[in-house]
Amino acid sequence: MWWRTVMVVSCLVIVGAALAFFREERSLRPTVAAEAMRRDAATLSTLVAGQAAPPAAENTRYEKSGYDLSEGKRLYRWFNCNGCHANGGGDIGPALMDDKWIYGADARNIYQTIVEGRPNGMPSFRNKIPEAQIWQIAGYVRSMSGLTPFYSRPSRNDDLQAAPPETMAPRQPPKLVAPEPQR
Amino acid sequence: MRLVAITVLLVLGGCSRNPSVLLDHAGPHAAWTGWLFWVFFVVTAVVWTVVLAMLGLALTRGHSRSRLGLPPEMTPASDRRLGAWVATGVALSVLILTGLVGASYAVDRELIGLDRNTSRSIEITARQWWWEIRYLDGDPNNQFTTANELHVAVGERVKLSLKSNDVIHSLWLPNIAGKRDIIPGQENSLVIRVDRAGTWNGRCSEFCGYQHAFMGLTLIAQPPDEFQAWLATQRQPAPEPAGEEEKRGMQVFLTGPCAMCHNIRGSGTGYSSYAPDLTHLKSRSSIAAGAAPNTKGHLGGWIIDPHGLKPGVHMPVNLQNAGDFQALLAYLESLR
Amino acid sequence: MSDVERVHDLDVPRDASFAPLELARRLQATWQPPPGLMGWLCSIDHKSIGKRYMVTAFAHLLMAGLLAMVIRVQLAGSDMQLLDPDLYNQVFTMHGTVMMFLFAVPMVEGVMMYLVPLMVGTRIIAFPRLNAFSYWVYLSGGVMIWVAFFLNVGPDAGWFSYPPLAGPEYGAGKRSDIYAQMITFTEVAALAVAIELIVTILKLRAPGMTLMRMPLFVWASLVTSFMIVFSMPSVVIASTLLILDRLIGTHFYNPAEGGDVMLWQHLFWYFAHPEVYIIFLPAVGLASHIVETFSRRPTFGYPAIVLALIGNALLSFGLWVHHMYATGLPRLGNSFFAASSMTIAIPTGIVVFCWLATIASGRLVFRTPMLWIIAFFVLFVIGGLSGVMLASVPIDLQLTDTYFVTAHIHFVLVGGAVAPLIGALYLWFPKMTGRMLDERLGIVQWALFVSGGFVSFGGMVLLGISGMTRRVYTYPPSMQWDTLNLITSLAGWAIGLSFLLLLVNILWSLRAPVRAPANPWTASGLEWLTTSPPPIYNFPLIPHVSSRTPLWDDPSGSEVVTGLRVDQREILVTTTAEAEPDMRDPVPDPSLWPLIAAIVTTIVLMGSIFTPQAIVWGALPFAAVLVAWLYPRKVLAATPAEIDQAKEARS
Repeated sequence: MWWRTVMVVSCLVIVGAALAFFREERSLRPTVAAEAMRRDAATLSTLVAGQAAPPAAENTRYEKSGYDLSEGKRLYRWFNCNGCHANGGGDIGPALMDDKWIYGADARNIYQTIVEGRPNGMPSFRNKIPEAQIWQIAGYVRSMSGLTPFYSRPSRNDDLQAAPPETMAPRQPPKLVAPEPQR
Repeated sequence: MRLVAITVLLVLGGCSRNPSVLLDHAGPHAAWTGWLFWVFFVVTAVVWTVVLAMLGLALTRGHSRSRLGLPPEMTPASDRRLGAWVATGVALSVLILTGLVGASYAVDRELIGLDRNTSRSIEITARQWWWEIRYLDGDPNNQFTTANELHVAVGERVKLSLKSNDVIHSLWLPNIAGKRDIIPGQENSLVIRVDRAGTWNGRCSEFCGYQHAFMGLTLIAQPPDEFQAWLATQRQPAPEPAGEEEKRGMQVFLTGPCAMCHNIRGSGTGYSSYAPDLTHLKSRSSIAAGAAPNTKGHLGGWIIDPHGLKPGVHMPVNLQNAGDFQALLAYLESLR
Repeated sequence: MSDVERVHDLDVPRDASFAPLELARRLQATWQPPPGLMGWLCSIDHKSIGKRYMVTAFAHLLMAGLLAMVIRVQLAGSDMQLLDPDLYNQVFTMHGTVMMFLFAVPMVEGVMMYLVPLMVGTRIIAFPRLNAFSYWVYLSGGVMIWVAFFLNVGPDAGWFSYPPLAGPEYGAGKRSDIYAQMITFTEVAALAVAIELIVTILKLRAPGMTLMRMPLFVWASLVTSFMIVFSMPSVVIASTLLILDRLIGTHFYNPAEGGDVMLWQHLFWYFAHPEVYIIFLPAVGLASHIVETFSRRPTFGYPAIVLALIGNALLSFGLWVHHMYATGLPRLGNSFFAASSMTIAIPTGIVVFCWLATIASGRLVFRTPMLWIIAFFVLFVIGGLSGVMLASVPIDLQLTDTYFVTAHIHFVLVGGAVAPLIGALYLWFPKMTGRMLDERLGIVQWALFVSGGFVSFGGMVLLGISGMTRRVYTYPPSMQWDTLNLITSLAGWAIGLSFLLLLVNILWSLRAPVRAPANPWTASGLEWLTTSPPPIYNFPLIPHVSSRTPLWDDPSGSEVVTGLRVDQREILVTTTAEAEPDMRDPVPDPSLWPLIAAIVTTIVLMGSIFTPQAIVWGALPFAAVLVAWLYPRKVLAATPAEIDQAKEARS
């Protein structure tokens, strides 16, 4: 009987609905202890360009989450990254939406750049930006050149349009380049 | 009827001072609206009772015919009678509705009249999930910014200019006036007048994301001289840190994550309006947009674990070592 | 089979030439779908599709109801931690969205597509393949949103998802895209159903069923279908613009680039206010049948009710702004909409008073469906009157976005639509399944429903007056809303229990053998003429109608029209107003193409959440499927000479 099938399927879906409450959640409340551990790990390690000390798992976790990337996009503006990098097109800081990377395109490299700062003007944000937020910003920076998964990229902001939305960004395989001489 | 309704509400609410909309009004807008509400409430309650009584009568009448084995009434004469009943019902509905529309228009007219001749302008910017409040003044030196706590003088007509830079919010001061949505790209305003000194609750009433539930605004209505004194204090920059502990706390504030979003006038922070202005933090009665009282303990908990109190809020977890943390708290506690 | 088979219509088997048993056998052979699973997938019968709609919508009701129960646990006391705001936002959004888009509208559509062809005395709904397509599209929309919810991508910006909160900047992830595409799915389905119903009602009525002899539910269905046609495009546009904004960065809702966030609100409420009436008017039609059946007299004031239905429909398009009083629109505009909003109480009042007159002058038989009329009066009248209060601008500015509004919508839709729908279920269940529902269990269920509804939504009214805003995931104890909320929750769970009893009742009844008579309630409509459940061809012979209550005037249905072929699927088309026989029309065969087309549509729509390329490349397979679907297998054609001959014969 077809309706029996439908009933059984509906029951299964109801059970599934009940199970839904145990699924993965957005990390609205990073636990304090975990945050402290990560912070210590980040500040105690000696990071050098090109080498990766922070755990690689962070890399994928933040980049797969549309929420984390959109938080990264918000913080990019809040912390005035666009003061130098503009909306990714670059100004006195290098462009972020192209395929040229001076210190590596990996999220861990970007993390390190934010924490340590770089020569020629990139300040260090050590202790100024909490760990989780740095990862969010790093993920967002990668999304500008299409390096994060297509399903998690943020779209346009409710502002004047300065750059095409990241959803439309073509994937640009990263190329390592030497820094431009300072202007 | 109104007394009965109030009693019912109070009994059900099981409380002495209900933060209720229509029972405890402190301004002419809410008073007029409260009056209109009770007119509508009584009329509609009567209509409902009458309709149900008519249903009861109809059911009894129809059922008795079936008990007695009589056929349905379908003669032209009975149809005319029924038609007359229906017509009466419809005519009464039209009459009642016309009356209610009239009453509603009359009150609306009164409310429009109240919006004229405002003597003060305050700019309120709703943000996810707190309120930035800017007291405008002809003299730019007298302008200042505060957050989440709105002070007005009793009896003064104040124009609140409402702005949003993120999503749609709605300002609701239940005891004072009706709501006004705060819409990005559109400047709305709300005129209020508070006639009774006291502290009144306000909140965001348009769903605006994770912490919509705890986007509170405290309204404090003061006698004019007290209000002027408050204005004078608020115009001052933050007090200089007095002791060593406070000085260290200020350094923690300026070099740590706090100053990335918060502003303390006179301390050397940049101007950032992404988070509440903390210049006179301790003068406010609550923190986190009304989610917790402004005590040292709550403040400390809020800094270490904001998401425990308000999951999803933009304030991140902030960890300093114990000494820095105590110093920071001491500094913030000194911001009177 | 040749592509074009010229049929000479002269010596083919027709319904008049067979004895009843032989006729039934032959019609069955002609109309039944292929056996097995394939037949089930290919089916285009309006009764199977209608039942699928109803069962699916009922499953959505149960699941969204479960979410409501969870919400009521979370709100039962202050500072509850069962759900965090992230999950709570998804849960209440899913509850509202599923109830409005995936339960209420599809449920009334399912009831309409099941009952209307039976009530107007035809064999099948017009455009039956489109009907099957609409079901599959609706099903995939529903499955998509629940799967998304399980994967933590459930919509979380409320059932009316205002941008910018649902827009690209503040609606992170794909949650609002899922919402917007789910709307597209249900609207495509609803528009298809509306077109089918309009054509069925206007062109396929049994001979003699003039417009003013149509059953009230058919009138309600006609009015509702037109409302769907006029209102749904508005929300399709709104949700498409939202998708465009989110996916490719257009600026329809971006004020900084000349867009306007208010555009969404106008488009959405221009649809969503009529939507309430799209749900409510068919329920009014169903309730009219319950009243008529158990009052044992034709509904009093039939023309008045018809005009009231039409009036409701017209007025409902002119009051969407009352959802937006607080947005700062010009005061004069608000006043206009305040008056129009109150006006709509008048046609609704006419319907209610006519029912009262019918009951009072009737010979009332008290059976369980009648109880749901009482439920309608108790709950819906409060809903309507609270609507009058909310229509007043100053009162609305205080009460909008509080639990008063939540209470209002629940009183209106639970009292005004769900109650009559359950009553209708008790009334028509024997027709659909051949089995009666248990009426004693029905009384218990009704008592729980009415008391639960009254106390629960009544509690929400008081909460709204006490200032509790909507959509808060919890509240501090200092607000003193605990007691009222606990009462609301307890009563809410009573409603949940009531639906559990209904489910038990349905499942229990389905275990019994088929033994309901054709007309167990001695009702008046044509649908009671045929067996319970009806055969796949509905009526062995097309009935002829000469009054508004055909079965009371001619219980055996002896007046029939003959001449339809039995070797082919054929229906009788009649004229629009007077329902005079016009022509015979072939009906398409069962087909798998609607299902395939729906699958392609699903892939295209879901793909377009991620990339605009999906629309471009999806158009190609979709076009191919449409060609296959419409490819002419067999054409009944006549030469011009034959047509002339036929015209001469007629004149």
